[in-house]
Amino acid sequence: MAMTITEKILAAHAGCDEVRPGQLIEARVDVALANDVTAPIAIAEFEQLGIEKVFDPDRVILVPDHFTPNKDINSAEQAKVVRDFSRRQQLTNYFEQGRVGIEHVLLPEQGLVLPGDLIIGADSHTCTYGALGAFATGVGSTDLAAAMATGKAWFKVPESIKLVYHGTPGPWVEGKDLILYTIGRLGVDGALYQSMEMQGEAIEKLPMYGRFTMANMAIEAGAKNGIITPDEITLDYVRERSTRDYHLFFSDPGAEYVYEMDIDVSRIKPQVAFPSLPENSRAVAAAVEQGITLDQVVIGSCTNGRIEDLRLAAKVLQGKKVAPYLRLIVIPGTQAIYLQAVREGLVEIFVEAGAVFSTPTCGPCLGGHMGILAAGEKALATTNRNFVGRMGHPESEVYLSNPAVAAASAVLGRIASPEEVVS
Amino acid sequence: MIYQGKAWKFGDDVDTDAIIPARYLNTSDPKELAKHCMEDADPEFMQKMRVGDIIVADKNFGCGSSREHAPMAIKAAGIACVVAATFARIFYRNAFNTGLPILEAGEAAAEIKSGDELRIDTMTGRIENLTTGKTYQAKPIPPFMQELIDDGGLMAHISKKSKTS
Repeated sequence: MAMTITEKILAAHAGCDEVRPGQLIEARVDVALANDVTAPIAIAEFEQLGIEKVFDPDRVILVPDHFTPNKDINSAEQAKVVRDFSRRQQLTNYFEQGRVGIEHVLLPEQGLVLPGDLIIGADSHTCTYGALGAFATGVGSTDLAAAMATGKAWFKVPESIKLVYHGTPGPWVEGKDLILYTIGRLGVDGALYQSMEMQGEAIEKLPMYGRFTMANMAIEAGAKNGIITPDEITLDYVRERSTRDYHLFFSDPGAEYVYEMDIDVSRIKPQVAFPSLPENSRAVAAAVEQGITLDQVVIGSCTNGRIEDLRLAAKVLQGKKVAPYLRLIVIPGTQAIYLQAVREGLVEIFVEAGAVFSTPTCGPCLGGHMGILAAGEKALATTNRNFVGRMGHPESEVYLSNPAVAAASAVLGRIASPEEVVS
Repeated sequence: MIYQGKAWKFGDDVDTDAIIPARYLNTSDPKELAKHCMEDADPEFMQKMRVGDIIVADKNFGCGSSREHAPMAIKAAGIACVVAATFARIFYRNAFNTGLPILEAGEAAAEIKSGDELRIDTMTGRIENLTTGKTYQAKPIPPFMQELIDDGGLMAHISKKSKTS
């Protein structure tokens, strides 16, 4: 029977020849991931089980990236719980501050998540790894604790929707714009419980970093996972990094989808998602027209903290200055990206422009630290959520965009199109 | 279980940052989390609500983050159960795993108003609005989820399975 890529990966991990949407399965997980916010609860749950060892110390991965470097005493205590557990369990993949990166940038970079994998993470943006042709989904700490103990998790096989992107993107249009546009079309619960399969010629030409951005935000449409068919671009990325064997899965012709949506990317302009839902996306011109002045711009996160994102921001910022009274905070996704940005001279461009360049952290994206907003302040961020209070005070506002729009806006002090800054 | 309490009505897409803002996630102590339950949706919620009250919301309740702190905060605040038109996927799982009773009931969510007195039977899914006299039927809980509840949550379910296998 014809199956989608998601169904095939789930079937392979459940030891079944086939699975159907709606079916409940127990499946083997290749990686179980948690961070400094979600791991402490998972660890407490795990320890209550009375099981001594995690199912596999290579495959339980703990990444303290949210409130690190420890922002206060409570955060330090939580990070310590994660560190002590990792040491006790002798986890291969615990990342200390100075080596840690934002989990969903770090794991692919380190070759720890691979095509065909089944990955669960106690973080909703775990769906990022779908960009590699893996099944990856966010779970809570208790589900994660169960997987840490047993190496398994239960799933309801999701229905799939097929999103077909065709055409050639215009100037300054990135993966971020395609996904913000898509969420605008679907709504924040448009793909609830479903798998978002993204394909078409525009995706086939999209580099890995753009694919990560798109899969990353599948959760913002409520999806269980986002997934992209693996191809040469995937293999080029994975070949030099993989730490173990991997498998390529492809949707069969005739696989069932709840519906298909065609998206002509040549008609998509750089997008801005207005407060306070990612579905409020509009062409940047709409924001420019309104003259939205900004107090802060953040470039980074698991959505847009990759080297290509920083290059794009640097291209716009080169030789320019950040607007007076505006804070521009640039955060690389990992230490490797940090180093690369130093070597390529990007950091020099950021610092000379008057930006803050930070160590990798989720920090401001979730209103944790490193750039919190006061009441009434407005920020434009390359992050993934603009909920009420997401970056600080409940009366602050967050807009979302790609790194080029963010950089241009930092220069002009208001939401701006890159074309206004770069000729 | 049968719960009786006052309804607190919220709208669409109540996200986990509204349920428990990330700025308070530097602890996983349920009592600390409960102090800030629903703070960014209604800053006075914790002063107004009483133990045993019921949250009623429209579509996609609990969207956003995977933080289990969200159902933990609601439960520790003393909310008896949550009724919504629909729940976001991860929140739905987390609620069962942490033992917070939740019910999907579109018509009830649309009609119940803040302050209505409700009586809810989580076993049958029957929701009575004692203020208006109207009754509603929630979607039945899937058998597998019911098994989790009966076993006392996911961890207890796993313990039981590892002992019987």
